[in-house]
Amino acid sequence: MKSYEIVIIGGGPAGLAAALAAKESGVGSILILERDRELGGILNQCIHNGFGLHTFKEELTGPEYAYRFIEKVLEQKIEYKLNTMVMDITQSKIVTYMNRTEGMVHIQAKAIILAMGCRERPRGALNIPGFRPAGIFSAGTAQRLVNMEGYMPGREVVILGSGDIGLIMARRMTLEGAHVKVVAEIMPYSGGLKRNIVQCLDDFGIPLRLSHTIVDIRGVERVEGVTIAQVDEHMKPVPGTEEDYDCDTILLSVGLIPENELSNKINVQMNAVTSGPVVNESLETNVEGVFACGNVLHVHDLVDYVSEEAALAGKNAAKYVLGKFSGQENSAHTITLEAVDGVRYTVPKTVNIGRMEDTVKVRFRVGNVFKDSYVSVYYDDERVLHRKKIIMAPGEMEDITLDRKKLLGYPDLKKITVKIEKE
Amino acid sequence: MEKRELICIGCPLGCMITVDMQDGKVVKVTGNTCPRGEKYAVKEVTCPTRIVTSSVRVSGGDIHVLSVKTREAVPKEKIFDCANALKTVKVAAPVRIGDIILKDAAGTGIPFVATKNVKFRSSL
Repeated sequence: MKSYEIVIIGGGPAGLAAALAAKESGVGSILILERDRELGGILNQCIHNGFGLHTFKEELTGPEYAYRFIEKVLEQKIEYKLNTMVMDITQSKIVTYMNRTEGMVHIQAKAIILAMGCRERPRGALNIPGFRPAGIFSAGTAQRLVNMEGYMPGREVVILGSGDIGLIMARRMTLEGAHVKVVAEIMPYSGGLKRNIVQCLDDFGIPLRLSHTIVDIRGVERVEGVTIAQVDEHMKPVPGTEEDYDCDTILLSVGLIPENELSNKINVQMNAVTSGPVVNESLETNVEGVFACGNVLHVHDLVDYVSEEAALAGKNAAKYVLGKFSGQENSAHTITLEAVDGVRYTVPKTVNIGRMEDTVKVRFRVGNVFKDSYVSVYYDDERVLHRKKIIMAPGEMEDITLDRKKLLGYPDLKKITVKIEKE
Repeated sequence: MEKRELICIGCPLGCMITVDMQDGKVVKVTGNTCPRGEKYAVKEVTCPTRIVTSSVRVSGGDIHVLSVKTREAVPKEKIFDCANALKTVKVAAPVRIGDIILKDAAGTGIPFVATKNVKFRSSL
């Protein structure tokens, strides 16, 4: 059986950045396994601009951003396989993959980096009444059809959900000559980035109906129309608020779910909020030598953050295979992070002071829209950070930074709490 | 004094910016967290522009659809003209990122450039 020091599952932005960081840290044998026909992942279908402002200080399109990393992976001669599907991984880190030329192959890895990304929540998860006609797409599928395959999914469009992909597709379909009639969002706030509301809806006069959802789909063979209604605070449709829209296409942009089937096979502990693995400060899961990064870990809004996080996973996987993780220290002093009062989760979930770098960035999302509120961090009962934010929303990821030197001053610290406070 | 509320699109932070205007001229910009925000706000209230991204068909390549963008931002009212100008464009592989695909997008003087590499289709 062939063996590699690090096997990376997924050749999207997370997998690529992880591979490069691992290579830079001195690991020679790295293999990236990608199921699509090219490296770059979902960035290849995100042809809009706005990527890389943090990383490259310029505004790139998805394919351009991906290529910055692909180019380096090629330069560094990091091995990768395309059109290759990983079927199985085991506790002893045997990876089983399949492709057309090699058939089914087992390889041995010393460390595995999970970088499989996420998938879109489908109609079946929503309980929308009506038949199952043609013309209902997830927004990302429509994006791939239009931007990569050259097909137009429809002409008269209603979009359900105001996630970023849906907003981006509202603009894209409009530019391609379709008529986007309305974007309905069940929550009282948008799930997408503000700039996408401005650039993709406002610019084109597409209405966004907050606290609205689809209550009926008409059409048997093909979508013929939808009924949209307002919802109350319990998300129940309000009778008498129904409005009919004729359309031939419905795009769903109703959330992303990390793709963790492989992680589950080796009993990686999962976080019920993120649907991604529970990880420590090194982005290592509870299975030793198995790391996770990118959207398989938790859904990000910015690819820059994915690249940054994935580089950390790559670096730590390298440390692991090169034996640079100190063994004894590892369990010496582990602090748990707790997310309460408006904070839905934190990544990482635990911090080991013996293993952490000088600083650790903790990313989290809030569960509601908070105006003029504070992000507070408590070391046990002592408040050590109290930072005012004009606005925080579930659609935009927040972060705080933990400082090793500061943490060393609290030798008995058990718990770090992150919460939102009004004052 | 006229006040205009904007959401900065310079980066994903989406700062809420207030622009104070007098007789069509910008007097004060507040709410931005970086110089880009001020620049955007002034531009957005005087001459709003956008980068247009779209795609064209490519022949003889390993992929069939090539993604493109205007090299610089074009006036906002020209967005549709720019996108429509691509409808008649024919591109042949190979293509490199940055190659000019259409010299002048709808009379803006700004070219559409490729945002993806396309290799020749390998012989089947």
